[in-house]
Amino acid sequence: MENLVQAALATVNYAAIMPSLILTGFGMLLLLIGVFSKPGRTSHIAWISIVGLIVAAVASAQAWSALGATGVEFGFTNHVAQDGFALFFNFIFLVSAALTILMSDDYLKREGYAVGEYYALILFTTAGAMWMASGTDMMTIFLGLEVLSISLYVLAGFFRRDARSNEAGLKYFLLGAFSTGFLLYGMALLYGVVGTTNIANLGMYLAAHKALVTSPMTIAGMLLLLTGFLFKIAIVPFHMWTPDVYEGAPTPITAFMSAGPKAAAIAALLRFLLLGFDSMQAEWTALFWVLAVLTMTVGNLLAISQTNIKRMLAYSSVSHAGYAMVGIVAANAIGMSGVLYYMLAYAFMNIGAFAVLALAGKQGEENLTLEGFAGFGYKRPFLGVAMCVFLFSLMGLPPTAGFAGKFYVFAGAVEAGYIWLAVIGVLNSALSLYYYLRVMVSMYFREPTEDFAWVSMPMGAMICIILAIAGVLYLGVLPQQVMEMAKTAMF
Amino acid sequence: MSEHLLSIMTFLPILGMAILLLIPRENDSLLKSFTLIVTLVTFAVSLPLAFNPVFTTDGGMQYKEFASWISVGDFFEMNYNVGIDGISLWLVMLTTFIMPIAVLSTWQAVEKNIKGFMALLLLLETGMLGAFISLDLFLFYIFWELMLIPMYFLIGIWGGKNRIYAAVKFFIYTAVGSLLMLVAILFVYYYALQSGMKMDGFSIAQFYQLQVPAHAQLWLFLAFAFSFAIKVPMFPLHTWLPDAHTEAPTAGSVILAAILLKMGTYGFVRFAMPLFPDALATCMPYLATLCVIGIIYGSLVAMVQTDVKKLVAYSSVAHLGFVMLGVFALNLQGLTGGMIQMINHGISTGALFLIVGFIYERRHTREISEFGGLAKRMPIFTTIFLIITFSSIGLPGTNGFVGEFLALVGAFESGLRWYAVVATTGVILAAVYMLWMFQRVMFGEITNPKNAELQDLNAREIVLMIPLLVFVFWIGIYPNTFFSKMSPALENLIIQVKGKQQVAMVQPIEAPHHVEFK
Repeated sequence: MENLVQAALATVNYAAIMPSLILTGFGMLLLLIGVFSKPGRTSHIAWISIVGLIVAAVASAQAWSALGATGVEFGFTNHVAQDGFALFFNFIFLVSAALTILMSDDYLKREGYAVGEYYALILFTTAGAMWMASGTDMMTIFLGLEVLSISLYVLAGFFRRDARSNEAGLKYFLLGAFSTGFLLYGMALLYGVVGTTNIANLGMYLAAHKALVTSPMTIAGMLLLLTGFLFKIAIVPFHMWTPDVYEGAPTPITAFMSAGPKAAAIAALLRFLLLGFDSMQAEWTALFWVLAVLTMTVGNLLAISQTNIKRMLAYSSVSHAGYAMVGIVAANAIGMSGVLYYMLAYAFMNIGAFAVLALAGKQGEENLTLEGFAGFGYKRPFLGVAMCVFLFSLMGLPPTAGFAGKFYVFAGAVEAGYIWLAVIGVLNSALSLYYYLRVMVSMYFREPTEDFAWVSMPMGAMICIILAIAGVLYLGVLPQQVMEMAKTAMF
Repeated sequence: MSEHLLSIMTFLPILGMAILLLIPRENDSLLKSFTLIVTLVTFAVSLPLAFNPVFTTDGGMQYKEFASWISVGDFFEMNYNVGIDGISLWLVMLTTFIMPIAVLSTWQAVEKNIKGFMALLLLLETGMLGAFISLDLFLFYIFWELMLIPMYFLIGIWGGKNRIYAAVKFFIYTAVGSLLMLVAILFVYYYALQSGMKMDGFSIAQFYQLQVPAHAQLWLFLAFAFSFAIKVPMFPLHTWLPDAHTEAPTAGSVILAAILLKMGTYGFVRFAMPLFPDALATCMPYLATLCVIGIIYGSLVAMVQTDVKKLVAYSSVAHLGFVMLGVFALNLQGLTGGMIQMINHGISTGALFLIVGFIYERRHTREISEFGGLAKRMPIFTTIFLIITFSSIGLPGTNGFVGEFLALVGAFESGLRWYAVVATTGVILAAVYMLWMFQRVMFGEITNPKNAELQDLNAREIVLMIPLLVFVFWIGIYPNTFFSKMSPALENLIIQVKGKQQVAMVQPIEAPHHVEFK
């Protein structure tokens, strides 16, 4: 027994979880500071959380440059692997969290909910996301998923005096708990089949025992497990919760949910598919082919009929997950690293668009309709241009990040021979043009009908939008370096 | 300087746009003059291209520039790879030539948000020039899409009362086509890689070497042709054009007609035809039929229009039908005719839109029935309008004759004989709708008292039209200036297309005829 404990302790490797440790530490520090801060005076907490994210980013970057020697840093009896894959996703999470926090400070004050816990919860969510991306064991991934989800449930319902926010929190919680049940049940079944919770071992065991691949228990386990992840990513038909939750949640949280946690679920999903279910690739590519087509098409069709921009972006976020799935179907190096690139690009463009929405809203009445956006481009020239950049990127027009990302995943699909999938993908992009263009039509082609509350540009939101524009253009015009990173990140 | 001439020319406008954004928005006249200067300088920079004699002897790419842009291991590579030959030369020149005229035409027409308007014009110029000089399919695609954004806003913000519908329709039509082309581009690229070719990015020159199996060619050709046919526009994909043309502000219509439509025809000549010659041969009867339908249908619809601008827009559909018919003839006469007709259409239809703009600025209507007897009040305007009308009809001595004649002769001499015969009726129809419109607008008594007070063209408007008139006669009387620089490149093209046709191999390759117009 003592040997076992020692063996386990010997594999404790804090270096392998350093970025998430930093975030957890900062999160707890923020909780402490929050106690001593007056409500409504939380700017310093926001900035401290930004510092936390930067420190975590530096730690991730250091780990990245140290990768060359070993390629991966294992820890905790092989429960955690800090490899290029995990680190790339770390950057996605950190970018999402940083942009979200930057736009939150002023927004929370305007809405009267400026308290320190908010920032701590975002940091905890990010840490959970990191565990999901670096987890090599079902237990680690489950742990990460729970940390992430529970923080998000609270954040979604953060505006406790607002009925819609309450609805969002409750809905997300109930459905989320339900889907987590599925996930856990799938894990239990798979453990029953192979007798291990380690993903790589699961994969090797299935590869060695081909008969097991077709056993109902394995298939049921895989499907239940996938259901749990697909719910988090909001893949059709598990997308029903998104519009209500995205519409009701505070705008920065909606932005965050659509980028960071979604990427975390994709990370865990990719690890399972590529390492665990490697020998079932033919089955899951067929499944994801259907899911990708459904997700892109349904997401776009539903988005077209929306008149509320926030809700429209929620549905469009469903379809964007569908584009990412195209890369998963391709299941080749280009497609998979394309998924990574796409998620990073999506973090910049989508959070940027939500940041503009957050600034455009008035207190208490943040849901912007297309009519309410009429003439926005003339009233707020900078925000109008920024919104155009984000919308063009979401459409996938060059030279923006969205184009580079879509190009990458569709290139993967074409290379793997999925021509029709690529065709359906681009036709979906064409479909999405319509509703993104409508926002621009409102902003520029119509005369203003109502006055926008003239808030001076708060510094945080300003930085957020400028960073997002810079990200969108950098990833679009000079994609070389990040593409190289995404390429090395794939195992 | 000369080794980076194309880049300097292409990026000057966007650089100008960056500086323009620093000028305060209240300073209208500075904004306008600055934009005019930028476009004039761009034109000046491009002039050495037109005078370079190398194009008369060498049909290959000149002024080549190459720089690595994106290279992700064995995934894909994209390069900044540009150059021009005798085909793109005149389209580049047309672009830099039309832009200052378009800017000058907005002097009074555009009132709101001049800064935005001018910035978009400059962005558009970079997009157009970039598309014409790209020798890398991926780079071409980027510029191709880049043109879409400024045009969308130009129509949507400064357009007429139906502008939103027109702008969105324009955007979606064009984007749908180009997205399918993107998949085709990717397919060709990976096909080339998988067939063992060492690709230098998406280099066109290398794609030319590629032998794609005939069945794949068909799909690929259709994807490319769909995208370009929308832009041309060929019947039945033309419906966006009358809307976009009618709603766009004058400068927008001029650029749209003169240059953007040429993107489609140029796309056929540069990409769709030489890349997929077998599919071209297979589709030829259908394509030629569409051209002829476009000519006849465009003319007939133009005839019944009550709005002058709509009439001109539909006449574009017919004119572009001639261009495409000549191009599809795939012999030197036809191609030369098609190419020169692209330039002609840019000049004469561009001029017609300017003319419509002149009377619209004076009367704020474009209904033919509102006018009549303008010739009495506006003699200079009448003269210019008449010349341009003749040019558009294709009267001998004007540029339109040279282009249409050659395109039809080319088609007649190739396998498209009967198509050419039917298409020729389009020339007569053109005379009908143009002259009838001219008669109703310009001649007769002044019946509407509002027309009695009309002012003739002012100095700015005359200055604007003179360069166009010069070229109407230059191309009409001595087209060899242009032919001599086109022919070597077109001969290369014919060899490229016909030499690669697997199905047409049984027929001997015709020796290209030399066009003499002395």
